[in-house]
Amino acid sequence: MSKKLKVGWFSFSCCEDNTIVLTEMMNDHLKEWLKVVDFQYMRVLKKDNKLEGLDVAFVEGAIASYRDVKKLKKIRENCKKLVAIGSCAINGMPAAQRNLFDPKRKEEVEFLVERFHMLKKVETLKEIVKVDDQVPGCPMSEEGFLKVLNKYLKVFKVK
Amino acid sequence: MKKDVDISIQNISKIEGHADIAVRIRKNKVEDVKIKFTDNKRFFTQAIRKREIDTLPQSVARICGTCSIAHTMCCIEAIEKALGVRPSEQTLLLKKLTMYGMMIRDHALHVYLFSLPDVFGKDSVLNFDKKESKYLFDSLEIKRAGNKLSTLVAGRAVHAPFPLVGGYANIPKNDDLKAVIKDLKKARGKLFDVLDVYYDCKVDYTRNTNFVGLVAKQFDFLEGEIRSTSGMVVKEKDYFRYLHKVVMPYSQAVGYAFKGKTYMVGALARLNLNKQGLHKDTKRDAKKYLKLFPSNNIFHNNLAQGIEILHSIDQAIEIIESANFKPEEPKKIEFKDCEGVGLIEAPRGTLFYRLALSKKGIVKNGSIVVPTQQNQVNMRLDIRNLVQKNLKKLSKEELVYEMEKLVRAYDPCISCASHFLKVNWV
Repeated sequence: MSKKLKVGWFSFSCCEDNTIVLTEMMNDHLKEWLKVVDFQYMRVLKKDNKLEGLDVAFVEGAIASYRDVKKLKKIRENCKKLVAIGSCAINGMPAAQRNLFDPKRKEEVEFLVERFHMLKKVETLKEIVKVDDQVPGCPMSEEGFLKVLNKYLKVFKVK
Repeated sequence: MKKDVDISIQNISKIEGHADIAVRIRKNKVEDVKIKFTDNKRFFTQAIRKREIDTLPQSVARICGTCSIAHTMCCIEAIEKALGVRPSEQTLLLKKLTMYGMMIRDHALHVYLFSLPDVFGKDSVLNFDKKESKYLFDSLEIKRAGNKLSTLVAGRAVHAPFPLVGGYANIPKNDDLKAVIKDLKKARGKLFDVLDVYYDCKVDYTRNTNFVGLVAKQFDFLEGEIRSTSGMVVKEKDYFRYLHKVVMPYSQAVGYAFKGKTYMVGALARLNLNKQGLHKDTKRDAKKYLKLFPSNNIFHNNLAQGIEILHSIDQAIEIIESANFKPEEPKKIEFKDCEGVGLIEAPRGTLFYRLALSKKGIVKNGSIVVPTQQNQVNMRLDIRNLVQKNLKKLSKEELVYEMEKLVRAYDPCISCASHFLKVNWV
């Protein structure tokens, strides 16, 4: 079997719009991707996921809880390249909207922030781990994603 | 299986968002079931306060990636009703086309990519063999048709920019719309194979419950009155009065009961309540499948979604064939102190917005109730029933798989469900 790019797709705090854009991009690209991409970790399409040995981890969403921090660090340890996908992952918004709440609204949500072990302040990916590339947009730009995917297909000598 | 056991499932796959299940069994009796929605709260109820009304429909789209259009449309309806804006006949047609495009794409994602592997006993569409892969490639055609319709009418399938309060920012060209009919008809032709698969499937998650949804002669997901299989009839604006919060402190989302009882919303509820409202061509060609409804089998939610794809295609084709869209400016809006309710059927069920607006053009307060919150309590009871019924027959691994299949049949959307709701009306 020819070599494939080992890819993981991960979602943190966001509306998962980029996941939907990806599943829509599959309408036109899946046949071609199946030849060159191994979707090794993709919870939205499969249960049997493997974290170890990823070439590229695509990560959407902002980091809002201690559980998220731990998981993101684990992903970083297991991938060679990490790409931030979409607005929430890159600049935090809109998932980080609570960072900008006035004192009254902050007080209203405080007990839930504590109950669910959320971070005091929602963070972007690059505030926690090294990010190698990014695909901006809310949702991500399709062209931007294709550009990054094609780049790594070449970097990892798949194509 | 042993008499005393704890079952824990983390990060259920093939659903929108993240959810865990924990089941506690003692002396062969299910003592406790917890379904935990683990997506972090993004506090939309707080965030929309003080926001400018003009920006609100786009802001709430970000509650959910897959049904963002439903949030935009429901929010617009609430604002229009509050301000007394009556959309034109042309806008009403565009709204319907917007809903049909979303239903086709969103339902196809669930019916084929999330739930179909459960019927074939596979983990994923990515593991389908050559024969099964036909369905994967069919799904891409169907999603593409829905996506094309959404892009033309609403500007995009995710976070659509064209729908506005009082109109649309762009009116599609008639020739472009007519060209989509070919894609819709192609998708229609492919759909029957998957309907047959679900029709023949014997998975049975039957449990008597109450089904609730918007019912009208025109099955357009936008207008009607709330009905339940228990016989209740409630006006859209009064719906919230019949909902009672069920707080589950371990879950990031509150649940709801309807008039004190658990219930289910979604495609299965809609077909149980209003299959006679489907498009005439859908009723003619889906006759065989429609005989199964009304149904108390939650797994039939998949078949119901498939039938709704067919209905959405038929309705869209009829509108496009006879429509002659012309340039039209959105209606002028004058802000005032007011309140309004928007209630529509999102792909996963009844979606409710209640907004209080100020004459300065800002949101004073808002309440949002999404389908998955409403189904949360029912899901929990179904899991309990399923585990208790099969405790002696199935292994722990088999039980885990059945629980996941059941949850997937509901098509939950955790991204939607886990935003904080606190009704704090001034």
